[in-house]
Amino acid sequence: MSIRERLSGNEAVATAMKQINPDVVAAFPITPSTEIPQYFSTFVANGSVDTEFVAVESEHSAMSACIGAESAGSRAMTATSANGLSLMWEMIYIASSLRLPIVLNLVNRAVSGPLNIHCDHSDAMGVRDSGWIMLFSENNQEAYDNNLMAHKIAENENVQLPVMICQDGFITSHSIENIELEEDSEVKKFVGEYKPEHYLLNKKEPIAVGPLDLQAYLFEHKAQQGEAMKAAKQVILDVSKEFENWTGRSYSFFEKYKLDDAEIAIVCMNSTAGTTKSVVDELRNNGIKAGLLKIRVYRPFPSEEVAKALSNLKAIAVLDRSDSLNAMGGALFEDVVSSMYVEKINVPTVNYVYGIGGRDTTENDIKSVYEDLQEIVKTEKIDNPYRYLGLRKEAK
Amino acid sequence: MDNLIEIRWHGRGGQGAKTASLLLADAAFNTGKYIQGFPEYGPERMGAPITAYNRISDTPITVHSNIYEPDYVVVVDDTLLESVPVTEGLKETGAIVINTTKSPEYLKEILKDYKGNIYTIDARKISIEALGKYFPNTPMLAAIVKVSGIMSDDALLEDMKSSFKHKFAKKPEVIEGNLKALELALKEVTKI
Repeated sequence: MSIRERLSGNEAVATAMKQINPDVVAAFPITPSTEIPQYFSTFVANGSVDTEFVAVESEHSAMSACIGAESAGSRAMTATSANGLSLMWEMIYIASSLRLPIVLNLVNRAVSGPLNIHCDHSDAMGVRDSGWIMLFSENNQEAYDNNLMAHKIAENENVQLPVMICQDGFITSHSIENIELEEDSEVKKFVGEYKPEHYLLNKKEPIAVGPLDLQAYLFEHKAQQGEAMKAAKQVILDVSKEFENWTGRSYSFFEKYKLDDAEIAIVCMNSTAGTTKSVVDELRNNGIKAGLLKIRVYRPFPSEEVAKALSNLKAIAVLDRSDSLNAMGGALFEDVVSSMYVEKINVPTVNYVYGIGGRDTTENDIKSVYEDLQEIVKTEKIDNPYRYLGLRKEAK
Repeated sequence: MDNLIEIRWHGRGGQGAKTASLLLADAAFNTGKYIQGFPEYGPERMGAPITAYNRISDTPITVHSNIYEPDYVVVVDDTLLESVPVTEGLKETGAIVINTTKSPEYLKEILKDYKGNIYTIDARKISIEALGKYFPNTPMLAAIVKVSGIMSDDALLEDMKSSFKHKFAKKPEVIEGNLKALELALKEVTKI
């Protein structure tokens, strides 16, 4: 039986971590993810977990400590945001290339500068090619659920890759909302024990971790990482199915909201998907065939599946909460249009960069996107495929 | 989002408007509702104007944006009336609840663009009488519950009793005073 509760997104993650009871948590505080290690350290102090909590002196050290802990054969978790992730960057690549199934909660925030503590996805997009599995969460519930599933995905013998779980800074991390929690014992049973095949503290099998890897082998090792990322797709589906059988809450690569018979649709991630659902409902009541595709699994990118899910539409808007500043479009837009091109699906698609630095994204903003899509369907013309949503006029 | 009620709180940093919005979310949650309680984070310093929000509904809430057309507005500090457009977007079928001792004439004049109901409460007097200190958030919580009818007086008191027991486990001496502040506020909130 699920437990009816109300928690902020950060509380939800800290609660999941308490139930998972990892061997090691190493973290350094940064807004808006500070509460995660803060709440977790009280669980350590109260004795409700037996985790070794390492209060490190920087995020570089936080990721390094997680790498050390996982290499030794233990389960490690951490949390960070924006510039904290920037400082981890060197170790982010090392974690994934050493095939260490670390779980990191990234509470999304704009990477400086100038300094801004509010939500956008520039932190996540900076590490999208670093070999981490990346899961996005619309609300506290999804952040919690993704944490419960993360270790089983990461530690699977065909995967052995770290997992990053994203949620929107302040918007969900600091909003108290209803949530369904699972019993501690049930979580423990689902997550299971971590039994690595190879680890440093196994005295029966002395190994080296992370030695020099030159022209003769690095290429092959990178290809293996790539294969593991491909293999992760099936594992994510399997773990999600097992999770659904247990909790009744259904997850896949993405959520299709009133998409199957839709003519126009938005593709987006995290909390904006919730706001979009409300707009879709309203438009549907007015007879407009609007839909939503909410990406949950961003890495590995479910390319073929996304393309097929979008194939019957008449116009698509991809919303990026991060500007790639490349004069061609945001990261999610590039992924979506590339996916469609490869599958030979040609649906008019536009990109909106929105919500930068915590700019509020309202139902009216989302409505204006659907209005633009209706116009594209009508005129069959796209003047500018790379647009802004919610930008003040005088700044253009 | 059936029977959705949206509330916007205006206060100054340090007065507990954020805490009050979270307490309201808690109390509504305990009556079986779906809730959101979230502050708008800005420069966090004592005395700076702050905004907090509540959504309360019979069905799940998916919207994640600030509230621009609230059903109710709560003003925890009446000095904000002259500097913040507190009634902006406020529905005329709703109401504004203000912690103030200013005259009805002054309030009607300063809020003359707002056609809905105006309620006042002297949260300072109630807080000092009940707690011996100025903590306006508890009386303001009771005032908005009374004005909005989100739950009955008894349901609020019953819920807050257990919530205070938990919240003030290390300071049991303030539980009685906080409950008294709620009771007084439920009686004293007045429509002008």
